[in-house]
Amino acid sequence: MTGARVLRRVAPQLLTLGAVILLVSVYFPDFYQIVYANDRLVGIPIDVVKRGAPVALLAIGMTLVIATRGIDLSVGAVMAICGATAAWSIDQGFGLWAALGLAGAAGLVCGLWNGILVAFFGIQPIVATLILMVAGRGVAQLITGGTILTFDNEAFAFLGSGAVFGVPVPTLAWILTGILFGLLVRRTALGLLIESIGINLRASTLTGINSRVLLLAVYMGSGFCAALAGIIATADIRGADANNAGLWLELDAILAVVIGGNSLLGGRFSILASLLGAMIIQTINTGILLAGFPPEFNLVIKAVLVIIILVLQSPRLLPRLGFIRLRRERDEKPSGTPVEAGK
Amino acid sequence: MTIRALPLYATIAIFLLAYLICYIQFPAMLSTRVIGNLLTDNAYLGIVAVGMTVVIISGGIDLSVGSVIAFSGVFIAVILRETALHPLVVFALLLAVTTVFGAAMGGMIHVLAMPPFIVTLAGMFLARGAGYMLSIDSVPIDAAFYDTMQDAYYLMPGKGRLTLLGLIMLASVAAGMIMLHRTRFGTNVYALGGGEATARLMGVPVGRTTVAIYAFSGFMAGLSGIVFSVYTSAGYPLATVGVELNAIAAVVIGGTLLTGGSGYMFGTLIGVLTMGLIQTYIVFDGSLSSWWTKIVIGALLLMFILLQKGLLRLRVSA
Repeated sequence: MTGARVLRRVAPQLLTLGAVILLVSVYFPDFYQIVYANDRLVGIPIDVVKRGAPVALLAIGMTLVIATRGIDLSVGAVMAICGATAAWSIDQGFGLWAALGLAGAAGLVCGLWNGILVAFFGIQPIVATLILMVAGRGVAQLITGGTILTFDNEAFAFLGSGAVFGVPVPTLAWILTGILFGLLVRRTALGLLIESIGINLRASTLTGINSRVLLLAVYMGSGFCAALAGIIATADIRGADANNAGLWLELDAILAVVIGGNSLLGGRFSILASLLGAMIIQTINTGILLAGFPPEFNLVIKAVLVIIILVLQSPRLLPRLGFIRLRRERDEKPSGTPVEAGK
Repeated sequence: MTIRALPLYATIAIFLLAYLICYIQFPAMLSTRVIGNLLTDNAYLGIVAVGMTVVIISGGIDLSVGSVIAFSGVFIAVILRETALHPLVVFALLLAVTTVFGAAMGGMIHVLAMPPFIVTLAGMFLARGAGYMLSIDSVPIDAAFYDTMQDAYYLMPGKGRLTLLGLIMLASVAAGMIMLHRTRFGTNVYALGGGEATARLMGVPVGRTTVAIYAFSGFMAGLSGIVFSVYTSAGYPLATVGVELNAIAAVVIGGTLLTGGSGYMFGTLIGVLTMGLIQTYIVFDGSLSSWWTKIVIGALLLMFILLQKGLLRLRVSA
């Protein structure tokens, strides 16, 4: 995609993000202040891009899964499994690299499991990933032995709270992963193939796309992103909490993808827009705290936001309203599919 | 014997087999006390699963129920604390609120043509947030009427207590069975689950049915919230997190197809009891850790989904 087209694609998300930041800075004028102290950048925007890291990482994998007309409910539980694996390896004295390797492998295996259920057994993605969502936390507790497994390893903790050239490591992690996945799907034909199996799995298979392997790869990618998110969450608190690590983050990740304007009915996707969606969610979370609202308003505001975005993206309302030119162009293609997919 | 009913028979067989294994190891498992507690402890889950069964057979999903149960508890507790209303009046108010809430979600799903998953996700945030706004802390309930309800039970032979809560659950399942299998609305639900376009062409009022389905689920979630508040004597906005997942799991273990269009209400009751049985077994055993519950439920889910997939293939080839 050329620069202008990318910009046009993410314009609604940029506008929303701008509006949210503006709203927050009305309540909290110091929002934009960033200072350099103790070898790192400090400021609220930095805090947003750091704390938003787990959701942003999950959103990268989730975007690809949703583009294939799937959904991955298990990412929160996979985060817990991978975090527990990493903490366990450190605890056993395997060292940093073994811990990272094992955690990454655990994420890939979880993704492989989901992928096999979806691609080879033909189970609906929402059902297939539900199994791991339910059982995954049990597995994570099995690894930690039911306790919160804490560890003392500076090198590993660096991944959660360290900084490189002043930028927090979690921020670097999601930005680099985003670029890596973006290049992988857009500089090769992979992205196109993923979109095509999302639009019509059968037709794509008949034209010779190896949709099974592709689906496996997409779910494994999502598992890998969940592993990265789990490692960062674990390193951040220097302990693996099997019960609470990544709890309900799958919903935030799906929300980020939806706010990013990606259709849940599969097809065209934009990782950049999903990442912006993740940042919008985090800005709202941080903003509500800064504005002095009690945090219990957080969920209600989030719900209202989702409803507004739903109304704007509704395939049934849009043609009638002729809303924004930008959006109509994008939604022209999949019109008609919602009825068949209404089930 | 139809192929369609096979998952139901499989569910019942597995439940009986599991109970037999438990009985051989711990003969006390068959006492009416254990059975009575099994019904009481899982009453709120059973009630909410009745609503979920209807939603899932229609091809939808309702993620909001866990939050609605928590909201109900806080709503009841706060109103009882602030006013002198009789609990029954508060219950009626609450059921009206949750039913309208469910109907609104159903309306959005139909009018906006959005996936139920995302709409009820927004509902989940909204109900949980509304609960937080009423109170962040746990609010105790001390109404005389609550004590009466908690002490209402029928003493079965063997000193097991068939409590009011357990009875409400059994009554809900019975009502759900009649509604799903014996009324026009039930038939419409199955038709909708079979395919929306087909249902519309057959003359099913799609919009009205969708709204009614989610309104019913909201009503059952409210009723479940009442039962849960009687069970715990308190309202806490952080309670029942993830109950929607347990309800979905119970429905699937009960032999209902998650793609919609096929399933039985009775199976859901067995699904709930099977999940309760696993927990009871872990309590009896004493050395097993609680996380095994999750793993076993996950394994059961997988087994039933694969079984249904196999049966579906069997039906297509037959």
